[in-house]
Amino acid sequence: MSDTTHHIVPYRTYALILLLLLVLTSTSVAVTQIELTRWATIVALLLASTKSAIVLAIFMHLKFDQTVYKVMAIFVVLVITAVIILTFLDYGFR
Amino acid sequence: MSSNTTDNTGYKSYLEEDGGRKGIFKWILSTDHKRIGLLYLYAMMLWFCVGVVLGLLMKLELIAPGKTLMEAQAYNATFTVHGVIMIFLIVIPGLPAVFGNFMLPIQIGAKDVAFPRLNLFSWYIYILGGILVIISLFGNGPPDTGWTFYAPYSFKTGTNMLPAALGAFVLGFSSILTGLNFIVTIHRMRAPGMTWFKMPLFPWTLYGTAWIQLLATPIIGITLLMVAGERILGIGFFDPAKGGDPLLYQHLFWIYSHPAVYIMILPAMGAISEIIPTFAKKTIFGYKAIVFSTLAIAFVGYFVWGHHMYTSGMSGAALWAFSLLTFIVAIPSAIKVFNWISTMHQGSISTEIPFLWAASFIFIFMIGGLTGLVLGSLAIDVHVHDTAFVVAHFHFIVFGGVGFAFFGAIHYWFSKIFGRKYDPSWAKTGWIIFFIGFVTLYGPMFYLGIKGMPRRYFDYLEEFHGPNIISTLGAMVMVAGFLIILVNLIKSARHGEKTTEMNPWGGTNLEWQVPTPPPLENFDEIPVIDKATYKYD
Repeated sequence: MSDTTHHIVPYRTYALILLLLLVLTSTSVAVTQIELTRWATIVALLLASTKSAIVLAIFMHLKFDQTVYKVMAIFVVLVITAVIILTFLDYGFR
Repeated sequence: MSSNTTDNTGYKSYLEEDGGRKGIFKWILSTDHKRIGLLYLYAMMLWFCVGVVLGLLMKLELIAPGKTLMEAQAYNATFTVHGVIMIFLIVIPGLPAVFGNFMLPIQIGAKDVAFPRLNLFSWYIYILGGILVIISLFGNGPPDTGWTFYAPYSFKTGTNMLPAALGAFVLGFSSILTGLNFIVTIHRMRAPGMTWFKMPLFPWTLYGTAWIQLLATPIIGITLLMVAGERILGIGFFDPAKGGDPLLYQHLFWIYSHPAVYIMILPAMGAISEIIPTFAKKTIFGYKAIVFSTLAIAFVGYFVWGHHMYTSGMSGAALWAFSLLTFIVAIPSAIKVFNWISTMHQGSISTEIPFLWAASFIFIFMIGGLTGLVLGSLAIDVHVHDTAFVVAHFHFIVFGGVGFAFFGAIHYWFSKIFGRKYDPSWAKTGWIIFFIGFVTLYGPMFYLGIKGMPRRYFDYLEEFHGPNIISTLGAMVMVAGFLIILVNLIKSARHGEKTTEMNPWGGTNLEWQVPTPPPLENFDEIPVIDKATYKYD
């Protein structure tokens, strides 16, 4: 997409995304009632990551932006993922 | 007037453009990137003087075993406030805030940064953070946790830890906004023809730094908020009594604070990469290698924080992973040193003041870097962890690296910034005294650390007395050198010989092609770049 054109997202899409985010938030709360032991962190992170990805893609218009910005955002996510993995090299093997 | 001097006809420098404001308002309301850079410089100079006095007080306390100047509690507060000031108010904003602000737009051929108002706002946030640090000195007494605010002590101490941590939290926003500004500026505002690989190396290092500022700083912000939550609400993130984990604090703190070392050192390396080819009169050796090593340092630097925690009780798997990564991050730093030396090889070197600072930077940085590898090695770290060895190492890197590069940079760009010349003989005298003082101050601390003298104690065993005397004398010599440098620079900025010479050193970047001092928006016409920089015929 060039700098001079803008993508208009319909309000209906925003409303649907909001609904989806609320469902995912409720799911995050609900799964805490289930005994997931060591998987609890992974499930929580997956749900949180999904919500973040949706916000970035739709609300922050990353889906409609230039590739370079998509690459930047993916790079950031990968860095944070690596940081989390390294942290769990400690917690997972203590 | 030669072609190398500014034609003053119809020309007004940024120092003469006051925007219709008077007195201090032409500074604190100006959105000109150059004035904002100088606002940071003046604020940092004040803070640095405070930090130096605190550091000197610590060394005077350590001139003899037992109480010399202060009790243990006062010593704890002194090293904490010294650390908070030096780290959060000086070396982290350091070169990016001062020289990045001043030089980045000029070096990439832009009229200002992308968001000038945000830039001024960042400075106000910086000042607010500083005020919070000052507030922490009053009331229940200055914080005594060390600049690391380690849990669980940080939420148990009765001293004023919270305002200091809040100050660091606020300062983080200044850092993030500056980083964001620089990333957008570099992406969007480079002059026509200035491709990525025609961009000078100082902006490249600012770019790598800006990404760290943007990505790592929020982590310390959240972490300090968590500590505030512990103190105020007793939540229990880091409190073992409530099922929390103190090591989680250390992870979160160092996930930011180790990359912060690269926030400090990368722009310093950028300044050195500007100075060396100019004074060797030679095209920089391995431009792309320096660029990629900059990015590699910025990237790998995210993943080595665990080497601060070798003796904390981490898992074995984490220990070897962090040790391996620590050794890997040394490689791109070594590439830079190799390239600087190779640039000097067979160059036509002139030993002007900026070059002397750059050459001594390499010497000091090498010692700091190599002792970093000693600490990165698991077995040896167990022996020297939390000893004077560590203090010596990080002062060689942080103070030696950033400090020497900062002084080199200010002597390099001084006439361009102020339109005046400094006294070279006093500058040289200051440099040699500072250098001798620095090595004498921190050198013995390696020995003391190996012998087992712990850091952060106001007292020590009699066997450590001799090297501590040498170290304290070194501190006095270094402060004398610093005062000579400071007085010379301040005096010269106010009353030094005026100059309009555009390119006194024979540099090749755009800052040497604009008038001295530069006009408000740097360029009458945005230049078109058609050749690579650092080309010497």
